[in-house]
Amino acid sequence: MTAFSLLAQSVSDGNVNVAQNIGFGLIAAVMIFAALCVVTTKNVVHAALWLVIVLGGVAAQYILAAAEFVAVSQVMVYIGAVMVLFLFGIMLTRAQIGAEDGLNNTGWQIGIPVAVVLFGLLAFVVLDAFGDDTLAEAPLTGDNNEATVDIADRVLFQYLAPFFGMTFVLLAAAIGAIVLARKD
Amino acid sequence: MLAAEVSNEVQGALELTSGFFLENLWLAALIPAIGFALILFFGKKMPNGGSEFGLASMAASLVVTSGAAWQWLARVDSGKEKGEEAFGLLQTFGRSVPRAAEGGEVKPYIEPVITEWVWWQNSGLEFGIGSFADGLSVLLLWLVAFISLLVQIFSLDYVRGDRRYTQFFAALTLFSSGMLVMVMAGNMVQLILGWEIMGLCSFMLIGHWWEDKYNSHSALKAFFTVRVGDIGLLVGTAVIYFASADWIAENLPGQSGFDITAIQAWALSGDSSASGAAIIVGASALFIACIGKSGQFPLHTWLPDAMAGPTPVSSLLHSSTMVVAGVFLVSRIYPVFWEAFNIANGGLSFIAVIGAITIVAAALLAFVQDDIKKVLAYSTVSQLGYMMLGLGTGAWLPAVFHVFTHAFFKCCLFLCAGSISHSGSHHSFDMKKDMGGLRKHMPVTFGAWIVSSLALTGMIPFAGFWSKDEIVDNVGNNGYTFLMWVGLFGALLTAMYMTRATYLTFFGEPRGAAAGIHHDDDHGFATEFHETILHAEDIDRELVTAGAPAKSLSAAAAHSEDHHDDDGHDDHHGDHGDHGPHESGKLITVPIVILAFLALTSGFANPTPLVHPFGVAGESVERIKTYVEPRAVPVDIEVVGGVSHADDHGDDHGDDHSEEALAPASVDQLSLVGNGVLAADAEGEDGKKEGCGFTTPAEGSVCFFPAVSHAVPTYGKIALALIIVLVGYALAGAFCVAYYGRKDERLVGLTERNAVARGGYLFLKNKYYLDILYERFIVRFVAHPLSKAAYWVNQNVLDGTVNKVGETSKNTGTWIYNNIDQKVVDGAVNGSGTVASETGHGLQSTQSGKVNQYGALIFGAAAVGAIVLVILNVN
Amino acid sequence: MLAANFLLLAAVLFCIGVFGVIARRNAVMVLMSIELVLNSVNLNLIAFALMNDDVDGQVFALFVIGIAAAEVGVGLAMVLLIYRNRRSISLDELSELKG
Repeated sequence: MTAFSLLAQSVSDGNVNVAQNIGFGLIAAVMIFAALCVVTTKNVVHAALWLVIVLGGVAAQYILAAAEFVAVSQVMVYIGAVMVLFLFGIMLTRAQIGAEDGLNNTGWQIGIPVAVVLFGLLAFVVLDAFGDDTLAEAPLTGDNNEATVDIADRVLFQYLAPFFGMTFVLLAAAIGAIVLARKD
Repeated sequence: MLAAEVSNEVQGALELTSGFFLENLWLAALIPAIGFALILFFGKKMPNGGSEFGLASMAASLVVTSGAAWQWLARVDSGKEKGEEAFGLLQTFGRSVPRAAEGGEVKPYIEPVITEWVWWQNSGLEFGIGSFADGLSVLLLWLVAFISLLVQIFSLDYVRGDRRYTQFFAALTLFSSGMLVMVMAGNMVQLILGWEIMGLCSFMLIGHWWEDKYNSHSALKAFFTVRVGDIGLLVGTAVIYFASADWIAENLPGQSGFDITAIQAWALSGDSSASGAAIIVGASALFIACIGKSGQFPLHTWLPDAMAGPTPVSSLLHSSTMVVAGVFLVSRIYPVFWEAFNIANGGLSFIAVIGAITIVAAALLAFVQDDIKKVLAYSTVSQLGYMMLGLGTGAWLPAVFHVFTHAFFKCCLFLCAGSISHSGSHHSFDMKKDMGGLRKHMPVTFGAWIVSSLALTGMIPFAGFWSKDEIVDNVGNNGYTFLMWVGLFGALLTAMYMTRATYLTFFGEPRGAAAGIHHDDDHGFATEFHETILHAEDIDRELVTAGAPAKSLSAAAAHSEDHHDDDGHDDHHGDHGDHGPHESGKLITVPIVILAFLALTSGFANPTPLVHPFGVAGESVERIKTYVEPRAVPVDIEVVGGVSHADDHGDDHGDDHSEEALAPASVDQLSLVGNGVLAADAEGEDGKKEGCGFTTPAEGSVCFFPAVSHAVPTYGKIALALIIVLVGYALAGAFCVAYYGRKDERLVGLTERNAVARGGYLFLKNKYYLDILYERFIVRFVAHPLSKAAYWVNQNVLDGTVNKVGETSKNTGTWIYNNIDQKVVDGAVNGSGTVASETGHGLQSTQSGKVNQYGALIFGAAAVGAIVLVILNVN
Repeated sequence: MLAANFLLLAAVLFCIGVFGVIARRNAVMVLMSIELVLNSVNLNLIAFALMNDDVDGQVFALFVIGIAAAEVGVGLAMVLLIYRNRRSISLDELSELKG
């Protein structure tokens, strides 16, 4: 049981915030389950809805990691805009609303070993390099908007040029999408 | 020896003049680069298709380089003045008097004017970009700017109406910029940059009419052949960098093994010889790059094929400027080659041998060419051989001088060829089929051609005489008697093939197009295509006369087949038949005349025989020697920004020296100290040579150029050279009249009757079978299997991890069967082709076109690669 | 809290996303899987931001979110175009790259 093991760990280590760990574990479990559903479900619309749960879970994890601004952006951009786009995409391509066979490739089983090997590798590397690192105690409450102010500072000073670059990318993408998708 | 005694006195700092143009020489390269960008972006919208940007930028570049040349002359003169002053000062203070000053002229080392910015940095290493002005670079910069401008003017008319007119000028301008960047490079990295830009432009321009398969093949051939050599450039630069790193870090802090001056100083410091084989490997690698770029034997095969490009391109890139890049590289870091190949002690160098082989091999090939441009191309190869021969035997000055004069007369010859094909032979370059008797129709072109041919063959007093014979003379003087005879034999061949070309083009009975006969289908690829261009032009003209806008009918030029269906074609036939051969327009003849004038006069830039034995002028007429050749004088290392490790050398210098010279050695801060000076010829009392390049410079001083010796021409040698040239004219003239004119029966058909003659003819006609060697054997047996094998390993190993283990083993079996069993045992020529197609079929299934499968491969490969990395790092 | 928690979660999401990219035939589903991959990367960035107590990681995550939005927009437009031309968005039918 993830939650219990984390609890036991946190009791032995006074620095670790118990509630945070439990929250993380629960959300993570939900996210992994939802993500598995995204890639395995036979219904395209369901997949999109499972994706909403994953994205929402990611936003929740951001809050746990004291990144409120990113979390809010995540909700607005992903769950608000990107998901709507996906649903439009599904509808406009006239996917079946119900279950659908043949959503997978013929050789889809190749993906399993690739993913497992990749995960084993990543897990090994992560534990090898960061196994003992603890995260800073994240302030979960209070009027902590310093990080947001900090982000604003960085984006508009230090990272101004990339920021402009990204705005142009977005503009180009918007125009490109219109050009590609319009009927003429 | 006229030369003064050598002095090993170390030169201190001198306050030399400089000037705006010398310090901002980079403008000369930047302006064409901007011109290129303007042509690219706005060229199509301009009334003249962007050529105005090209012309304007080249003109501006010419102004900058001319200004720089003028200021360089002033700088050298000021060096002489200050040197004399310094010398006087020393005498006043009663210090040691350099022997050189007794009677000899004061010739101090003239520091180059370096303007450099940091281009990029990498782990403490800085790469500069900027300009490096010394005699050699200023001379060549001016030459490139001048010839580029003339060629662009010529092109205005020559490529008018071409479908890629704008692109043509863009590439031409970019080429000039690249060449200028290379010539003004103060470090090897910038030099490589310019070198590669030129390679790219060469590719674009040779393949200008790429619709024709022959042209695109030629462009690829040129690109890849040169690329083979370019590997040497990278390797050589790296080797020299690492070999010199320690010495430079210790003695010239702040400079690196990429800086030209640092390399020069290192090569002559004695450390380079101590470094063992490194300098030999580095110099050999660099020279391989020069073999590729300058079309030396055996990588010269690309140059004649490069004539597939438009004539202005052949004229600018493949005769007068780009191909001398290799010669320039050798002369720029000459000390490296000097040390590596032991030129000082008369070592038989790689450079000299290659140069000598090239002279004769290419000149022989020039005999059997029917294409006028190919004759000139082989002639270029042969002349580049002379330059390399000179450099390889210590004749630096005549080699550089020959670069200078050769540019004018060879450019002129090519432009004449262009003019002939443009107006005289109906866009054909075939001398046997479409030329003859053109001297009456094209008097200006004929005159320029004759002048340039005389210059090329080395007839007095045309330019080639002063430079080429100087090379030959110096080669002999430096102790390479056999190579001198090779050079003289080359001169004989040169005179002969030029006589043949001249006869076939301008004398005899008009043939083919020159006689006004229009024939469509019986000449080669290039001709065919030129014709289609011409058709488009003529239709343009008709449109203009009809009052319609002069719109390029480039589409008509695209395919000759299409064009033959064109209605206007038949009208055009008659039209063209009427006007026949005629003289070209002003835009074509004016550059030709200017160049012909220079072909006549440019030799007087350094007419050594006038000084001796003719004795009609003083040494001051040897302007190239005075202003271009770097002085072989040891310079105090602190003056050039180095750190002196000697404790006792301060005694030799004034007290003010140690104060002043510690300051960074910028041009303005140099103070008048030290002493100086000597003439370049170095011979000690005991007859053993000393000075820079022969003996290690004194502690605390560096040399930048070896003390090359200069031959003194004699009447005998001059007469010999001229007689050989005249014999060449006479022999070839007699042969031409007999063979082409009177069709002498003893000669005509000789190749059919006589096996030896036929064998020789075929051997030459097939260009020594080098192309066949390269394409049929080296490429097919080495490159193809290698690349196939590499591809096979790449794909099958990856694939095998996913799902194709079984098929892999089968393919391996097939591969081994085909290679070991079939090819080795049977020696089958076609074996490799079969292998290629077998493996291709075997691999086809991996190229499924399915995105997911590609994704699986990518991620799988990334995972496997990462696992390998992790394992390597963990253990 | 251990940094490895976040990183492992991100690794799991990444691998699931990779599996989706490989296994799915429907182009929209592949795009969704790519979103999973991108989100896992963002999680890493946020975790490192917290670990190093530096807000730079969050800034980068924001950039990634912005680029991802652009990517989805263009990607779906392409899917739409493909659908219009071929009446199908099955990637295994798009094999013009076949060698």
